[in-house]
Amino acid sequence: MSAEPVIRIVLAKLGLDGHDRGIKVVARILRDAGMEVIYLGLRQTTASIIAAAEEEDADAIGLSMHNAGHLALAPAMLAALDEADLDIPLIIGGIVPDQDVPILEAAGVAAILGPGAPAEEVVAAVRNAVSA
Amino acid sequence: MSEQPRWQEHYDATHLRDVPFETMSGVPVDPVHGDEPLPGQYPFTRGLHAAGYRSRLWTMRMFAGFGTAEDTNARFKEILRNGGTGLSTAFDMPTLMGYDSDSPWALGEVGRAGVAVDTLRDMEDLYADIDLSSVSTSMTINGPAAAVLAMYIAVGEKSGVARADLAGTIQNDILKEYQAQKEYIYPPRPSMRIVTDMIHYTSAEMPRWHPVSISGYHIREAGSTAAQELAFTLANGFAYVEAALAGGQDVDQFGRRLSFFFNAHSDFFEEIGKYRAARRIWARWMKGRYGATDERAMMCRFHTQTAGVSLTAQQPENNIARVAIQALSAALGGTQSLHTDSFDEALALPTEKAARIALRTQQIVAHETGVTNVVDPLGGAPYVEWMTDEMERQAEVIFAHLDELGNGSILEGVYAGIDNGYFVGEIADSAYRFEREVNAGRRIIVGVNDFVEGNEDDQTNLLRIDSTTEELQRKRLETVKHERDSVAVEAALASLRRAAEDASVNLMPPLIDAVKTYATEEEISNAMRDVFGTYVEQAIV
Repeated sequence: MSAEPVIRIVLAKLGLDGHDRGIKVVARILRDAGMEVIYLGLRQTTASIIAAAEEEDADAIGLSMHNAGHLALAPAMLAALDEADLDIPLIIGGIVPDQDVPILEAAGVAAILGPGAPAEEVVAAVRNAVSA
Repeated sequence: MSEQPRWQEHYDATHLRDVPFETMSGVPVDPVHGDEPLPGQYPFTRGLHAAGYRSRLWTMRMFAGFGTAEDTNARFKEILRNGGTGLSTAFDMPTLMGYDSDSPWALGEVGRAGVAVDTLRDMEDLYADIDLSSVSTSMTINGPAAAVLAMYIAVGEKSGVARADLAGTIQNDILKEYQAQKEYIYPPRPSMRIVTDMIHYTSAEMPRWHPVSISGYHIREAGSTAAQELAFTLANGFAYVEAALAGGQDVDQFGRRLSFFFNAHSDFFEEIGKYRAARRIWARWMKGRYGATDERAMMCRFHTQTAGVSLTAQQPENNIARVAIQALSAALGGTQSLHTDSFDEALALPTEKAARIALRTQQIVAHETGVTNVVDPLGGAPYVEWMTDEMERQAEVIFAHLDELGNGSILEGVYAGIDNGYFVGEIADSAYRFEREVNAGRRIIVGVNDFVEGNEDDQTNLLRIDSTTEELQRKRLETVKHERDSVAVEAALASLRRAAEDASVNLMPPLIDAVKTYATEEEISNAMRDVFGTYVEQAIV
């Protein structure tokens, strides 16, 4: 077995959306898959997420969105990453209608995980995003 | 002694709906079958009223809210035209969290998951041309509930409806916010003061108002089991009762105005057992532990909503079937009102068509299935009675834990459980267990982990909230701020701050004064944040 470095991922809820069932389940799935999960919790800002990603030397950021704010919030997060000169993938989980998926991908979101995504798919999406 | 004569007396005194109480084939049916206790008799396991839905169907209360106040006002009118009998208002996230539409926190959220309300002007538009003396209105808001109730009172006053004639419910169940829904503003203890002020104020001034709807819905959505939903919700109810009693209020008075809100999930009999157990437990505790003597103060009245979390994004039309089954469980469980989810809600807020199908679904249950002919038609069935007992047993184990945690006070036990992460931990554990079972294929979710053929050809039309809503709402707010008397606003906020500092003052009168100056929801919340502080949850996975 090769000694792959442990993936470090920052998970957060950006903005006011308080639906945290999904992200907590995802946090445990990723932790069970051997990743180092840094869960920031609710009501985070792009600035607090950037600060945590830098401090924790994160390999990826995962945000969960359930309030239809993704078209405003995901680009805001990408812009903040750019500005901070942080080249790490952003993964969005939650409720993103099909028609918005290409918009977010074109904007630079590395992966989008919808409701019902199996654990293996969640883990693979993070691994792929990090190794891409 | 048999309860039959007393039941008969109540039944005979009840005004019945003018429909034939017989089967589709014309067989007349008796209103009640089976064992005592009969419906309408303590401890109300079999229902609150002797005649059940024979006298009145449940209120078909469809939750709606999106965009600006005008957008939602149009949806409300559509619901009333289609035979909906009550209104239920969903607010957007900034409103729910005590922020205005021009706050940096509001980015991407204005009008998205509900309607944006910044000032009294928005509330005026929201309920424009709707007779508030004849509809009952439910408002789903918690952290800023007191300010929003103040706005509703002011809207009523302006349209000539006295507060005493306003009928409805404000959710105002702050405890479950710390446990599940996470839409809190202030820390638990000052928040409880606001809730008890509202209970006190409405008990005295608004006899048709329910000042708190103690909600298990969100606890379940966050991942709890049915028994946890039941137990945490009723424990929160006990906590409000203990807080109101500590404030010197009369349990028989305020107890009549408390109401509940449960989730209708997919395990049919478990849900029915849960509703029946809820009525029995509440009656026993209100009488036995809290000394209620008026039976109306022992009655667990509840609203039900079908489980949003059970809706699948895959093959969304299948959700219509799920919702129908869940709605049937709520009817068999004796709910007082019901919201049925729209099939497209796993993807977005519902379209008008999807919302209409959802309303039609409960109309089919009410008018075509015959289940409304008989009160508690499943009562006496061994499995249903066992399930009811089992739900109660599991809930009592949790009450005992909280009672111990609070040294003989459920209120203190609930505070402690919030402070030490007990509730969020239990809920997250249950959510994860369920997810693992689905992932392992031990539980089948149709279209998700089995029967997935057809997942690709979904062509569901979704409601899109125009991205100009945010811009539009900010302009509306700017106009209001420009037109109002800013000196009056400052004075009203200062007196609100003083009231917040003095626990002996009821917050409702200064709140009503403040909203009438068109002070914004954020300004009002900030005045109270200054005194009460804000709550930040510890991030625990």
